[in-house]
Amino acid sequence: MSTTPVKFYQVGSFAVGNRLLPAAAGSVQSDMERTNALTSGHRACQGCGEALGARYAMDAAMRAANDQVIAVNATGCLEVFSTPYPESSWRIAWLHSLFGNAPAVATGVAAALRAKGRTEVRVIGQGGDGATVDIGFGPLSGMFERNDDVLYICYDNEAYMNTGVQRSGATPAAARTATTQAVGPEPGNVFGQGKNVPRIAMAHEIPYVATATVADLRDLEAKVARAMEFRGARYLHVLVPCPLGWGSQSCDTVKIARLATQSGLFPVFEAERGEVVSSTPIRQRVQVEEYLKLQGRYSHLFSPKRRDDVIDKLQAAADRNIKRYNLLPEEEGDL
Amino acid sequence: MFKQVEGSRAVAEAVAACRPEVICAYPISPQTHIVEGLSRIVKEGKLGTCEFVNVESEFAAMSVAIGASATGARTYTATASQGLLYMVEAVYNASGLGLPIVMTVANRAIGAPINIWNDHSDSMSQRDSGWIQIFAETNQEAADLHVQAFRIAEELSLPVMVCMDGFILTHASERVDIPEQEQVDSFLKPYVPRQVLDPANPVSIGAMVGPEAFTEVRYMAHMKTLSALELIPQVAKDFEEIFHRDSGGLIRGYHCEGAETVVIALGSVLGTIKDVIDEQRENGVSIGALGIISYRPFPFDAVRAALKDAKRVVIIEKALSVGIGGVVAQDIRHALSGLEIHQYTVIAGLGGRPITKASLDDLFNKAVVDDIRGLTFLDLDQELVDAEMKREAGQS
Repeated sequence: MSTTPVKFYQVGSFAVGNRLLPAAAGSVQSDMERTNALTSGHRACQGCGEALGARYAMDAAMRAANDQVIAVNATGCLEVFSTPYPESSWRIAWLHSLFGNAPAVATGVAAALRAKGRTEVRVIGQGGDGATVDIGFGPLSGMFERNDDVLYICYDNEAYMNTGVQRSGATPAAARTATTQAVGPEPGNVFGQGKNVPRIAMAHEIPYVATATVADLRDLEAKVARAMEFRGARYLHVLVPCPLGWGSQSCDTVKIARLATQSGLFPVFEAERGEVVSSTPIRQRVQVEEYLKLQGRYSHLFSPKRRDDVIDKLQAAADRNIKRYNLLPEEEGDL
Repeated sequence: MFKQVEGSRAVAEAVAACRPEVICAYPISPQTHIVEGLSRIVKEGKLGTCEFVNVESEFAAMSVAIGASATGARTYTATASQGLLYMVEAVYNASGLGLPIVMTVANRAIGAPINIWNDHSDSMSQRDSGWIQIFAETNQEAADLHVQAFRIAEELSLPVMVCMDGFILTHASERVDIPEQEQVDSFLKPYVPRQVLDPANPVSIGAMVGPEAFTEVRYMAHMKTLSALELIPQVAKDFEEIFHRDSGGLIRGYHCEGAETVVIALGSVLGTIKDVIDEQRENGVSIGALGIISYRPFPFDAVRAALKDAKRVVIIEKALSVGIGGVVAQDIRHALSGLEIHQYTVIAGLGGRPITKASLDDLFNKAVVDDIRGLTFLDLDQELVDAEMKREAGQS
């Protein structure tokens, strides 16, 4: 694996400051000679959460596997922006087959590696929320049920962004998409039952399930590293804001991801064999409104008429998460 | 070694002798006995480290095969009918990626109405998928074609579909010379992939290709598939040298040379056709048959050469292209363009309807005096059709 010199604009001020620390204490991503699975020059939008999350996740997986990684990618933004023929941004063995079959293709790769006795090579499947929650859900469940030796990572930006921001099974209630527009008496996406794939993964009692966001990249790296300690089916669900689809500023991607966790809307936790083993406490609690108002997809909740009824329902969902995952341990009992 | 076995068992043993490394399957009649046999062979440890993956759908079966093949494993799966249709997106993907997967299609009808019995509707629907399609006439040939299929697939880096008639072959017990392991080992060398997923030499497989190069990619796939027209006969010849029997190739004639009337068909129905031809020839009728083994790529030149002196051809089709009629007939018409040969299409055996000697005898008697229509539905129950038409009219 060749290394890529870090460019300042790639890593941000935190990592640059990090370089003042001794090498052992600094983050790997701030290392001048770090590995780079997904190189610069790809076609992702400015501020793309998925590009950021995928690079950190894959680099962490490579470190954990001593570079012995094969990645299988579902169709979607990550695939399209990284491999327009004749170019490729991937510096790892990488295969794209279809939209709905990445978990099954990854199973096939793992089966071939086992048949060949090459178990030192690790398999990562990855896709967006459409590929994971919707069209590839059957193969994902099959891969879990067989406990195939695959780490599957879902980069969740909560809609079909590659095709122009249509609703997916992961689109949150009230959010505006191209197929759940902000018109009529109940603008935006419906209040359904939701489709909580981390919990569905846990119901398969696979060795490891975790959630993460691009707001806490060291946590994302740690979860990938932890996932790689297990064999069998593992699932990582990463929240990756999408400026284009969410109607947010490119510079706010990390901030919005942080507000998602600090409001309780996106709980960050780990589970082993179907049981939650840890959750990341909220450091500075915010109301969901702080999260919603930075995003154009929720602008209909604030103008022309403020929709407190809808905002309250979203707040209630966040409150439920806080209680369910014990995200405010010191305030336990107050909710 | 000769054994009295079910066709599915013969295929399972032939596939096992090819030393596959990954087998994946989802059960569907009439493919089941093949994969049941293989799962047992794998479980008994007879295939070493071979992995048998029980998947949750045919779409997953082909997807697992794609991942395994791209990682350099010799990969096999089997399906039929609705299962083949359920995996179609991945079927096209496998050929587009140039992965030498071998798949058995135990030919079965497609619903609605649901029907589990034999015809060729399933594999015919995939004639444009970029897979090589070869049709077995007997269980012996079905077993042999699988051994040849891995060789063809791996030499061209293209997937191969071996088509065998569901139930008629898969569930029929007969005497089959099962390919011996040493013979197969000398015929089929270990798989050396052209391109493989390997961290030591990372490649990106499955990139997005835009208008600037898509035509070229498809053109190259076409040319590569056409090159199978030379490879398939060569592989059959090599096979004969080691196994001492004639199996495979592009086409197979039966009293075809010099015959005024030639009956064209694919698969097991050729056996019945040959019986009728034997009887008619004894009565002095100038009639023969031509079996198409390689349906994709279609051997235009070989078919034209074999039929150029015929006065008429009768194409027996086990599939129907609704709104036009025959499927194979279109290709035959193309192969014979410019020649003064009468062409008759006969749709027969749909959904498992038996194609009897009596019906064929009657059909050929009329055909040899050009007393049939361009498109015939063999043994059509006109009374039933009329009754249903009447009922429908009454409802409206």
